[in-house]
Amino acid sequence: MITFALTFAIACFSLGLLMNLWRVVMGPNKSDRILALDTMAINAIALLVLLGIWQGTAIYFEVSMLFALVGFVSTVSYCRFLLRGDIIE
Amino acid sequence: MPFWAEITVSVFLIIAGLFGLVGSFGLIKLPDAMTRLHAPTKATTLGVGGTLLASMVFFYATQGRISTHELLIALFLFLTSPISALFIAKVHLHQRETPDALPTPHEGTGWASFTAEGPARGVRDFPPVEDETPAKTETSRPA
Repeated sequence: MITFALTFAIACFSLGLLMNLWRVVMGPNKSDRILALDTMAINAIALLVLLGIWQGTAIYFEVSMLFALVGFVSTVSYCRFLLRGDIIE
Repeated sequence: MPFWAEITVSVFLIIAGLFGLVGSFGLIKLPDAMTRLHAPTKATTLGVGGTLLASMVFFYATQGRISTHELLIALFLFLTSPISALFIAKVHLHQRETPDALPTPHEGTGWASFTAEGPARGVRDFPPVEDETPAKTETSRPA
């Protein structure tokens, strides 16, 4: 039963990743593209956690923690670059 | 694995998958940028929270230990999601909107994002916003 639920969840998040990619490519504004990239990072974290459940190992938690950190820092730095023209003033 | 753990993990996984799908679908479905901001920052964060809860229950049931990595990831995501939403909203405000097009705040002091240090540097040059702050009278505050 877990296998079916896990397959369903992986399918949902992979489909979401494709939708985010569509928004990254077609997005009309820069803010939409940043938002779609941030959502892609969050969906990738979810897929990593699901892969950890699938294989029964706990080694993917550090990877998802790093993904969360790098995704947040990249989002904020891109926004800050667009807002101020500089990242560290 | 006991049966209750299978039920719990499956329910959490299905709820998480639905929430993640709704968040990403809202990103391509909703009409303009400010409404599009709602779907991923709320629904997708909740979807990731569901997968982390499922992972906690799964590893407790199979290995008999409570892992706290998931709590760290969930705490970090729930803390940083509103901050990135705020930054994306500010980018949208500074690049696509003018201060005149925005609704007037209740106090009449203008939008803090535009009046604090002026508009974003190097992006667009807005005319300076006049200070329309009404003089505060002492009678408005009860003694």
